[in-house]
Amino acid sequence: MSGRSASLARRQRRFRWVVITLVVAFFVLPLLGALEFTTRELRTGARTGATWATLVDVNKVSTDYPALKEGFLYSIGLSLITVLIMLALLVPTMTWVRLRVPGMSRTIEFICLLPLTVPAIVLVVGLAPVYSWLSAWLTYFFGADIGESTLWLGLAYVVLVLPYAYRALDAGLRSIDVRTLSEAARSLGASWATVMWRVVLPNLRGAVLSSAFLAVALVLGEFTIASLFSRNNLQVAMFLLGKSDAQISVAVGLASLVFAFLVLFAMSFVGNTRSGTSPLSRWRGRLRKEPS
Amino acid sequence: MTGHSTEAGVAVQLTDLRRTYSGVNALDGMTLHIEPGEFVALLGPSGCGKTTALRCLAGLEDPDSGTITVAGKDITAIPTNKRDMGMVFQAYSLFPHLTARQNVEFGLELRGQDKARRRARAGDMLDLVGLSAHADKFAHQMSGGQQQRVALARALAIEPQVLLLDEPLSALDAKVRTQLRDEIRRIQLEVGTTTLFVTHDQEEALAVADRVGVMSVGRLEQIAPPAELYSAPRTPFVADFVGTTNRVASRANGATADVLGGPVPLLEGSAQGDVVVLLRPESVRITPVVDEESANATVVSASFLGGHGRVVTRTDADEQVVVQVGNTEVTMYAAGSRVRLSPRGDAALAVAR
Repeated sequence: MSGRSASLARRQRRFRWVVITLVVAFFVLPLLGALEFTTRELRTGARTGATWATLVDVNKVSTDYPALKEGFLYSIGLSLITVLIMLALLVPTMTWVRLRVPGMSRTIEFICLLPLTVPAIVLVVGLAPVYSWLSAWLTYFFGADIGESTLWLGLAYVVLVLPYAYRALDAGLRSIDVRTLSEAARSLGASWATVMWRVVLPNLRGAVLSSAFLAVALVLGEFTIASLFSRNNLQVAMFLLGKSDAQISVAVGLASLVFAFLVLFAMSFVGNTRSGTSPLSRWRGRLRKEPS
Repeated sequence: MTGHSTEAGVAVQLTDLRRTYSGVNALDGMTLHIEPGEFVALLGPSGCGKTTALRCLAGLEDPDSGTITVAGKDITAIPTNKRDMGMVFQAYSLFPHLTARQNVEFGLELRGQDKARRRARAGDMLDLVGLSAHADKFAHQMSGGQQQRVALARALAIEPQVLLLDEPLSALDAKVRTQLRDEIRRIQLEVGTTTLFVTHDQEEALAVADRVGVMSVGRLEQIAPPAELYSAPRTPFVADFVGTTNRVASRANGATADVLGGPVPLLEGSAQGDVVVLLRPESVRITPVVDEESANATVVSASFLGGHGRVVTRTDADEQVVVQVGNTEVTMYAAGSRVRLSPRGDAALAVAR
């Protein structure tokens, strides 16, 4: 009996390793392929770090690949706009729903998850006329010509990141007793703004950072909507650059992938710091224990 | 009243408060007056409206109608954050991102007090609840009892007009609950703040309050000092809810009723004619008998309960009567033995059969 269970355990262990190897290969092989391609001298086939040296040389990128620099800055700006609008929209709404109209939470969840089911092309076709109408309206009444503004793409990205940001913030709100905390703060004399700023937000720090990181990772990797809106973000610039200089384009793609990975990795550090379960809080705990 | 301080307290008046949730009356015309510095406990089963009354006073719920006045001022329409009331909640309510000291300072900071004064006041308050040594701890580093103590210090730090306690002990274990209960009373007497304490635990309410109000279906059934509430309940609900009650059928003749072979004086408001007399276990005398003629009940069971004992009997009229005895007497009453029950002569309430 014990011999059979030992052989079963061995088989399971072997199967586990096969699965892990396949998954790692699936993700890592393309990256290794990209790394190999970007470190190859195309004519001789020798190894070279020239592409990466170019990429880390800011001045050279600015002069040789202005579209890339422009796309990168555009994407960074878009990330900030998206994160700010998303947080300003979601945090107060979700807190308010939890406090005052908990019956609405399923509806809000449904609305926030809806973009997952809407293809990018449908989103663009639907949003483009709305934005052009809004643009014309703003120009007519306020003289503000923001037809080409980054804001519109930012708004589209807010819709895009809603499902992920909602999940992250919802997990944060579930982990604290928002109702009791806000009632306690109110009874001590806090206005609603103070409750949000001094009580709710500090206790949602991990969730807010997670949702922000997710939004940044999504915006930096987004191609379809920007391309359909004819905007030059990082991914569109990479795509266009790929036609003339494939190596630098692939190197930028690889770098942005690594960056997104680092962002997601950072999330596991900042999340849940209060309960002492995150790697960051464990590290802090070790630091505290060490003699000074 | 049992000597409440009036130095820091103000009078509170709830008048004809009504509050309905989806057609259910949580408050059905509740009226309550609290004297300055008085400690009033609201007692009642789940859903009786006691928490709703407290939340209306705190401003966390809006009554459908009725008025709330504090120190003679109508505060019914004033928002929570302008009411100047300290509140301790049933759930742990310390702000998790702040230390105990910062929690206590929170309300003072909102009132614009400078750091030195805040620090001193927070120190005093933590000292008052015996937690000076834990000032720099976060909520998750403290026990439930410690967290509720800090919450009490935080509520008192702002020198509220009224202190509201919404079942603050119900999440704690029995021993801590008793300790903290006594501590709350000591502190309340020390600071003299008018206090409304909501609980479903009758022992808690009877132990700490100047007066206890018993609530049922949104109304105050009776409010009286603990001893009076226990010995002279005005309604069957109060008699049943506070303490244990035996229901013995009888016939009332004016001021007395004949119960278990002896006269029982009837409380004011008792019914006449065929009645059920609500008799406390300690109002019944039990005697072991050797002759069958004098016996009128049979012992069903006897339990030792620490400080006292409890004997469950069944009378010859087939009614169950519980009797409280001394803890050393429990062994005298074996199950099946014949006993004589008789009233001790304490007044009791009679209700129509």
